[in-house]
Amino acid sequence: MTTRIDRCMAKLKAEGRPALVTYFMSGDPDYDTALSIMKALPKAGSDIIEMGMPFSDPMADGPAIQAAGLRALKGGQTLVKTLEMARDFRAGDDETPIVLMGYYNPIYSHGVDRFLADAKASGIDGLIVVDLPPEMDEELCIPAVKAGINFIRLATPTTDDKRLPKVLQNTSGFVYYVSMTGITGSALADTAKVAPAVTRIKSHTDLPVCVGFGVKTAEQARVIGASADGVVVGTAIVNAVANVLGPKGEKTADPAEAVATLVSGLAQGVHSARLAPAE
Amino acid sequence: MNKPAEPNSFRTGPDEQGMFGIFGGRFVAETLMPLILELERHWNEARDDPEFRAELNALSTFYAGRPSKLYFAEGLTRHLREVSSAKGLGGGAKIYFKREDLNHTGSHKINNCLGQILLAKRMGKKRIIAETGAGQHGVASATVAARFGYPCVVYMGATDVERQKPNVFRMKLLGAEVRPVSAGHGTLKDAMNEALRDWVTNVEDTYYLIGTAAGPHPYPELVRDFQSVIGIEARAQILEQEGRLPDAIIAAVGGGSNAIGLFHPFLDDRGVKIIGIEAGGRGLDGIEHCASMNAGKPGVLHGNRTYLLQNADGQILDGHSISAGLDYPGVGPEHSWLRDSGRVDYVPILDNEALEAFQLTTRVEGIIPALESAHAIAHAMKLAPTMGKDQIVIVNLSGRGDKDVHTVAGMLGMEI
Repeated sequence: MTTRIDRCMAKLKAEGRPALVTYFMSGDPDYDTALSIMKALPKAGSDIIEMGMPFSDPMADGPAIQAAGLRALKGGQTLVKTLEMARDFRAGDDETPIVLMGYYNPIYSHGVDRFLADAKASGIDGLIVVDLPPEMDEELCIPAVKAGINFIRLATPTTDDKRLPKVLQNTSGFVYYVSMTGITGSALADTAKVAPAVTRIKSHTDLPVCVGFGVKTAEQARVIGASADGVVVGTAIVNAVANVLGPKGEKTADPAEAVATLVSGLAQGVHSARLAPAE
Repeated sequence: MNKPAEPNSFRTGPDEQGMFGIFGGRFVAETLMPLILELERHWNEARDDPEFRAELNALSTFYAGRPSKLYFAEGLTRHLREVSSAKGLGGGAKIYFKREDLNHTGSHKINNCLGQILLAKRMGKKRIIAETGAGQHGVASATVAARFGYPCVVYMGATDVERQKPNVFRMKLLGAEVRPVSAGHGTLKDAMNEALRDWVTNVEDTYYLIGTAAGPHPYPELVRDFQSVIGIEARAQILEQEGRLPDAIIAAVGGGSNAIGLFHPFLDDRGVKIIGIEAGGRGLDGIEHCASMNAGKPGVLHGNRTYLLQNADGQILDGHSISAGLDYPGVGPEHSWLRDSGRVDYVPILDNEALEAFQLTTRVEGIIPALESAHAIAHAMKLAPTMGKDQIVIVNLSGRGDKDVHTVAGMLGMEI
């Protein structure tokens, strides 16, 4: 069974360029604005969309994504509304893959089976659930795979060769390599360490490897895109939204436009990554 | 919740996956997973290593001052017998305090910190981080870090920094860096989030010294084992002093480490009624309480599945308690399991009931209990008058109340 993610990755591979994977926080700062941001992403050059599901206690996220999640929750965002937003987006775009990213409790609270059925019906293609390591695969990963939704696992610098097979075992869609130990939005680690890490993971799997955590500029996207199958940008996009919000959350400019400008630049970086082919 | 079939023993958990029934587990980011597995390996070796046990025992005896006394609270017993008579019941159980307040650093927290600092040393870690609510665990962590020469960072909610100033100062004197956390309500939950963020960033050299019997496996198990010294001693002491087991044992439950420490050795003594006290705050009808097992539902937070205060969308609520140490929207997973299995009853005590117990104990016993412990005493004050004079109740006096005098003065409208 191929998913939108599989098809997208295959197409980009044929084109010989890496994917630009963009993260935004659903519901930040409100439903309508977030939906307009989401719609702007593919037009600006994003290949895959990661939709952040806000959570009150985002233990692996830095201050920017924490604040974005809180703005979204304050704006009334819920898991149900996040799925509704995906459905609204799907009405105009049946091609761009959507990956939900967040924490387990809102899903568990919604009920795993009900969540998977609702997610599937909303056009969700993949899940990244930060606090579900392979040791907890029975919870959501295996049911998701059975439901035809990719379960995308994070591999980190602490995931050694002995552990990698366990991490990769039930992973599908792509592997998300976290370029450093830390929370989202920290300064990018040494980009020179990324290529060997990607090579190491690729020696264990045929899945595409996307790299994220700390990528903020087109230049960084270009350098990482030279070795990775995809470049993930999150905090920079969330910051682009925050930067056009005033002290009381009022919009001082169009957040969707601010995001589009940033993403266009990142897309140029990613597109130029393999002008001199790395492989 | 469905009641599982009654097991042959209540003391066999967790299983190899770190589960107590459906509770517990290892719900953490991949970055932390290898560390947690490494901790489990070291813990499994250490727990059966006579050298490790001997070092811990020596520290417990000569540094922490164990065993703590089991004290017959004659003044409180007499007072509650008068209450019983006034109600025409003519009863009033004998009340004993397990005096964890007499330990070095003033609470039960030192038991766990000594055990874990030895684990950190064994694992070759170079830096200690901890979260704290009331500051008792922060002080105990800073203490063992000073004793063993480790740098120590303590995360503490900004609200708690404000209401537990004496403990903040103690930590600083001990050489620890106290980092206030202003996210959320600035309480224990937020401090724990921030400690986890530090850990995920500094995985190579850092040991996370969790203060309560919660978090990802193996923490709930190892914290319980380090705290079980409370119940092991209390059981032997009551047998020696009274020649029989108690009728009831009571402890306050925030994350639940002092409670599981007292309860665990008694779990298979079916004649002993076991009661955990949750923070009822300003009442369970609103959201200003921390009674996760009475008013929450199972969910996943901070590495484990357990009862949590949460809204319909699965967002965690902040809760409220007069006692910073109970101000946590979750509870250790073993307590959740003991609740569902029916072995332990968990009941709420309100802020003002705890405050009354705090004052009464101070006056009739000359002991200023921590506000956390005052919750347990408050329940004993309800229960003992309904019991016979020949019956026995043990209350875990988990810590001393000096740290709470500012809070209590504020509640009573006094200035110090």
